[in-house]
Amino acid sequence: MAKKESTFFNMTLTLFVITAVAAVALGYVYNITKDPIQKAKDEKLKTAINIVVPGADKGTIEESKLSVDGGELVMYKVIVDGNCIGTAVKTFSNNGFGGLITVMVGFDSEGKIIDSNVLEHKETPGLGDKTSKSVAPWNEQFKGLDISQMKDQMLKVTKDGGVVNAITAATISSRAYCDAIQRGWKAYMDNISKAVAEDKQPDTDETVNETETDVEQIMEETNNE
Amino acid sequence: MNNLKNFTKGFIKENPVFILLLGLCPTLGVTTSAINGLGMGLATTFVLVGSNVVVALVKKLIPDKVRIPSFIVIIASFVTIIDLVMAGYVPALYESLGLFIPLIVVNCIVLGRAEAFASKNTVFSSLIDGLGMGLGFAFALTLLGAVREILGSYSIFGYKFINTDGILVFVLAPGAFFGLAYLIALMKKINK
Amino acid sequence: MEYILIIISAIFVNNIVLAQFLGICPFLGVSGKVKTAVGMGGAVLFVMTLATIVTWLIMTYVLVPFEIQYMQTIAYILVIASLVQMVEIILKKISPSLYQALGVFLPLITTNCAILGVAILVIQKDMDLGQSVVYAVGNALGFMLALVIFAGLREHLDKLPIPKGMKGVPAALVMAGILALAFMGFAGLV
Repeated sequence: MAKKESTFFNMTLTLFVITAVAAVALGYVYNITKDPIQKAKDEKLKTAINIVVPGADKGTIEESKLSVDGGELVMYKVIVDGNCIGTAVKTFSNNGFGGLITVMVGFDSEGKIIDSNVLEHKETPGLGDKTSKSVAPWNEQFKGLDISQMKDQMLKVTKDGGVVNAITAATISSRAYCDAIQRGWKAYMDNISKAVAEDKQPDTDETVNETETDVEQIMEETNNE
Repeated sequence: MNNLKNFTKGFIKENPVFILLLGLCPTLGVTTSAINGLGMGLATTFVLVGSNVVVALVKKLIPDKVRIPSFIVIIASFVTIIDLVMAGYVPALYESLGLFIPLIVVNCIVLGRAEAFASKNTVFSSLIDGLGMGLGFAFALTLLGAVREILGSYSIFGYKFINTDGILVFVLAPGAFFGLAYLIALMKKINK
Repeated sequence: MEYILIIISAIFVNNIVLAQFLGICPFLGVSGKVKTAVGMGGAVLFVMTLATIVTWLIMTYVLVPFEIQYMQTIAYILVIASLVQMVEIILKKISPSLYQALGVFLPLITTNCAILGVAILVIQKDMDLGQSVVYAVGNALGFMLALVIFAGLREHLDKLPIPKGMKGVPAALVMAGILALAFMGFAGLV
């Protein structure tokens, strides 16, 4: 078979056909992989929440978002058999050694820390990455801490007059970790007091609406990621 | 015989990384551990084989002047397929390779083989060529990843053999350059 | 202030070549002379900024509304390839002197993974159009800086007595590694 001439018609046709075939093929693959991708994302989120609020894998999760200075926090309320066993807050700090640090922290109903872990960071391997559970047991010390009992209600490293033992040679990373948790805690407590205030004037319609948006938000959130 | 040669040349004699110095961005970027290097290498192999075969199949139907854009679309399709598949089935690996998966599309090896080999040879020898080159690339990435992992975190394929921090610089950016420099020098020596 | 931080971070802290490993091929290939390095850097600055704007608009106003984000890779690489062609043609017509300076580098840019990399990164980082442009400019400047420093060093490297096995690329890579070490000193700046 002779090679095709490079006429304008041939060129346009060829490119068009190739792109069309590619688009159809990709659409097909996309449809097959859509569910596994979604599942992998859900799984990842659930695992992350389960670390900071143990037992979350057996319950249902209600999600809500909250804008704060310079970013967005996400709260995951974990409900097992109708009882809220804790709330995981995805929080952040921009003051890490490598910039942004994202932290997941779990609080009980009184605002005590259940557990915490780093989600994403760009800290130095071997130093700042000890904030992650998979690297070092450093963040175990946050278990059970109650920020409301602390001086000025601020979570700080010992160097700054707080209670947290910073990672050796990674004070900046440790401070950023505390900063992230502090931000999450404050938002969580504000949210509780707001919820209490709202509870005084119950409005059933609104609660129904709220859960609906929650589901939508979860869908939206996972699609965006 | 010829096919065997086509297959093995990618490992030492025409190794894309050590000898031809192609595709260095992913080589340096993802090789913080042996498993990452292997994953990246296999993903690239898939794209190489796929695009080589398709290019060899349709080479006569494509007018010369739109050759390169057509090849790019074909390659980009395979890259997207592997991107979606990895996101769905190996999410942890997918995350650690990150940006470098979509960037396979601009990996000079892939377009280079499509243009230099697949557009002139039969489907079968293009398949062998893609497989050989791809596995050669995977071999190079795994080797560099293993060296960096052994020195940088005292572990290999995730198994730690000395329980302390390694020589950190090897998992950081400079270690990628150092590791590759010495491996290239070594390969030069072996090839002589 | 936010824009300044993005620029400083892109140039020094997360240098696109030395910390993110994008655009290594031109980094090792082209940089023999400082003048060539500046030319290449200029071409990248030009195309990277344009490409980031166009791909951002395509993502936001075409791919997302139609929910075909999975076409991202194909769409982006086609946009970049045709953009490079267009820039070449237009430059030839309206500014022959600029074309003389940048022309030879333009064809090389399509396969420069820094361009596609930055275009994808701004989407991953959820940046708005303004931030994206600043980020692209910062990264292009970082690319140029790394290239120019490297070219300057390389001019001297050729005159040094180096063991035979390390001559050429290995020595250049070791030098790049030392340069990367130096740039790590900027970490924590932002």
